[in-house]
Amino acid sequence: MKHMTRKATRHISQNEGLIFEKSSPGKAAWKLPPLDVPEVDTAKLLGKQERKDLGTMPEVSEIEIIRHFTRLSTWNYAIDLGMFPLGSCTMKYNPRVNEFVARVEGLANGHPYQPEKISQGALRILKTLSDCLIEITGMDAITLQPAAGAHGELTGLLMVRAYHESKGNARKKVLIPDSAHGTNPATAAAVGYAVENLKSNEHGMVDIASLEAQMNEDVAALMVTNPNTLGVFEQEIHKIAELMHAKGGILYMDGANMNALVAKARPGDFGVDVMHLNLHKTFSTPHGGGGPGSGPVAVKRALEPFLPKPVVITKADGTLGFEYSRPQSVGRVRAFYGNFGMFIRALAYIFANGPDGLRQTTEDAVLNANYIRKGLEGVYDLPYSTPSMHEVVFSDKLQSKKGVKTMDIAKRLIDYGFHPYTTAFPLIVPGALMIEPTESEPKEELDLFIEAMKSVAQEVEEDPQFVLDAPHNSRISRLDETAAARKPVLRWKPEV
Amino acid sequence: MRYLPKSPSDREAMLEAIGVRSVDDLFAPIPAQYRLTRDLDIPRQMAESEIVDFFKQRAKENGDGYTSFLGAGAYSHYRPVVIDTLVQRGEFLTSYTPYQAEYAQGTLQAIFEFQTMIAELTGMDLANASMYDGSTGAAEAVMMAVRITGRHGAVIARTLHPEYLEVITTYATHQGIPLSTFGYLDSGQIDRRALEAAITDNTACVLIQSPNFFGTIEDIEAIAEIAHKRGALLIVSIAEAVSLGIVEPPRAADIVSLEAQSFGVPLGFGGPYCGVMATKDKFVRQMPGRLAGQTVDKNGKRGFVLTLATREQHIRREKATSNICTNQALVALMVNIFMTVYGKVGLRELAKQNLAKTAYAADQFARHAKVMFSASPRFNEFVVETSEDPYAINSRLLGHKIVGGLPLKKFFPELGHAALWCCTELTTRSMIDTAVGLVADSERALRSMREVEEVAR
Repeated sequence: MKHMTRKATRHISQNEGLIFEKSSPGKAAWKLPPLDVPEVDTAKLLGKQERKDLGTMPEVSEIEIIRHFTRLSTWNYAIDLGMFPLGSCTMKYNPRVNEFVARVEGLANGHPYQPEKISQGALRILKTLSDCLIEITGMDAITLQPAAGAHGELTGLLMVRAYHESKGNARKKVLIPDSAHGTNPATAAAVGYAVENLKSNEHGMVDIASLEAQMNEDVAALMVTNPNTLGVFEQEIHKIAELMHAKGGILYMDGANMNALVAKARPGDFGVDVMHLNLHKTFSTPHGGGGPGSGPVAVKRALEPFLPKPVVITKADGTLGFEYSRPQSVGRVRAFYGNFGMFIRALAYIFANGPDGLRQTTEDAVLNANYIRKGLEGVYDLPYSTPSMHEVVFSDKLQSKKGVKTMDIAKRLIDYGFHPYTTAFPLIVPGALMIEPTESEPKEELDLFIEAMKSVAQEVEEDPQFVLDAPHNSRISRLDETAAARKPVLRWKPEV
Repeated sequence: MRYLPKSPSDREAMLEAIGVRSVDDLFAPIPAQYRLTRDLDIPRQMAESEIVDFFKQRAKENGDGYTSFLGAGAYSHYRPVVIDTLVQRGEFLTSYTPYQAEYAQGTLQAIFEFQTMIAELTGMDLANASMYDGSTGAAEAVMMAVRITGRHGAVIARTLHPEYLEVITTYATHQGIPLSTFGYLDSGQIDRRALEAAITDNTACVLIQSPNFFGTIEDIEAIAEIAHKRGALLIVSIAEAVSLGIVEPPRAADIVSLEAQSFGVPLGFGGPYCGVMATKDKFVRQMPGRLAGQTVDKNGKRGFVLTLATREQHIRREKATSNICTNQALVALMVNIFMTVYGKVGLRELAKQNLAKTAYAADQFARHAKVMFSASPRFNEFVVETSEDPYAINSRLLGHKIVGGLPLKKFFPELGHAALWCCTELTTRSMIDTAVGLVADSERALRSMREVEEVAR
């Protein structure tokens, strides 16, 4: 008989105070080399601009720093520990060779203003990644400058605006489906567009009749996520594109869910005019507790003149360089050239996969989501029966009869050794449980997850209060978020 | 594919459980005409050794082994080894934004410590964690000032990093925020009269950088007085964080936008870096970006959560303070560890070494060429004006494996023969002497050539 290992068990974890509480004068973790130039009189050089005191900055030794951050780290959950089923976040394995090559001397210490002659290596990386991403998306041109997905959205919509302005009318509105990420409307507002909600149909897709009714010459663009946040492919995407284009509108695609499409379908082939990618989702660069990301924006030929500057070009002598003279460019969206370290990692990921690996990756991501769907169907309510791609969205409809909500189930999942799925999103599903396993999960981990979810559902039936009080095994129980927001304590201060 | 944890029989079993014959059936929702039926035209699958070789090769083409005097918003400082040791722990590297506080206390406590140290160093009440970089942080600061004051214009010093100004321009254009700029004096400091003339009743904020793009330290108090007198906020952008160890922080400012790259973040050809915004308590609800706050759990135990989320896009959608979501968390952790390593005493000593190296270099250059803006205090950058075009000088220096100062012509046409040089604790006296020697040679050669021409005429 095969031995089944439970996902998690309790073990001792170290407590640790704030670093400031360990500080005492005279401890140090630093040592500078002897100064090889004359000492300076700081008072004479700086006068009243001299800073005399660094206040409560800590003084600690190196071993204390190692223990401090190591102890803190053990309080986190991570992909390296197990499945991280956050829907729309694509928490996949972060290959370690990516980290290694990003730290190769010469790349890690390249200065953004060093002459192009000695920047050919970095430029080659920019060019190669750009070429790969253009091929993967089926678009015509790309900028790597945006620092994250939302920054990519901003860049994309700035280009949409510049495009319409070049035609003499910037237009007024951006249409956004009610299933969209919060960044979409926030971005449209940041670019000076009014946001108009577009409702979904009974399959969770863009409602074509509504789009037809709402589309007119005031609409600059539609921001669609495909597959959308329900994990559903917009099957009428060609019709959506036609409707937009017929009235001179732009079809923007949020590429958050590109992990369902890579090497299987290309947005450029189904009518998308501009889209952003998240290198920290689809292309395996680490989330790092919230960043850094990278949000390249790919466009069709008509939008190319508006790309942020500079762009990488091949010069007459065959070397690579930056081109700054771009009269129709929206301008810069970030200093220098973007999150270059993420480009190295993403390119290493593409190399490790190749065309066959990327295809298998996408197939496995979709296979995993559908396996979970099958395993939990009936146990949790499935509000949309439309086929799932890379993620599946359940609701807490059955459990809420017992007073247990999606967040409570999520918190109980922690006790089973899993990170919670995405809760309460998308907004069109009341009490949503949004689950994206990615390709990185073996069958055994998926089976443990399904078993854990079934077990929690069982607990809800038998002892709902126990689930409402979860987590039970974590370092701390549920935190008082209301108190945190009402009287914010945002920094440590010494006790007086 | 080595990252994929499934055997063919696993896949078979899963397909069977789902009840489909092949994986293609799962892609049926994609209309047939849009399904890709060929291989992507990208490089073939590579072995790990080949990937490492590729990037090592690129590194060789990328100025490895050169001595550099470049700064200008990207600074070369020593990075203590423990930074990469710690940020590569999988529990930091491969975790998500800490929305599920019970399972992310490590990240949250680290953020809380980061906020504390940044607030202390910048002289503000509080700080967020984080913005993309110094340029986008400055643009967000301008928009924040517009929200706070209900006014629309921004008045910006030309001595702000020129690429920051470009980014602000991009952001402001579509917000209908008019921008105006004002210049600098021979001292290198901003022209306060020009600033006074530029402020109107519709000015939401004055934005300056200190140390400014030329390395000159500004008189923040005097500038704050000018801004506040007219009801405008003062935003101070800091591109060189190490300066905070020895230069009085901009306590009179309303918002500080910091680029923290100097604190332990690799140059990395321009990113990822770490923007941070710091401000006064009273403005916190208009500040964008994530904030960790202290609270207690059900048993009264201290813990940390992301807080004041009603400012953010995932709650407020189009009414949010910003569209920022993913930020620079792991880079902020690098910054955090760097600040912890150097701490109260080390940061000051580190900054003093930068000051000393720069003072020495500026003195040496001044013997052979004109060092501009010397009447004002500076931190670790200075501007050298030469007789010869600095591009020509730099291409000769490159032959000696030295990257000279940044020629300023591109950003400041009026400074045609000037270049911005930077020295940090990593710059050695012999590097400085060699570079000064080569610049002196070119100055001498040009002078004697001119004398010959003079005589001939």
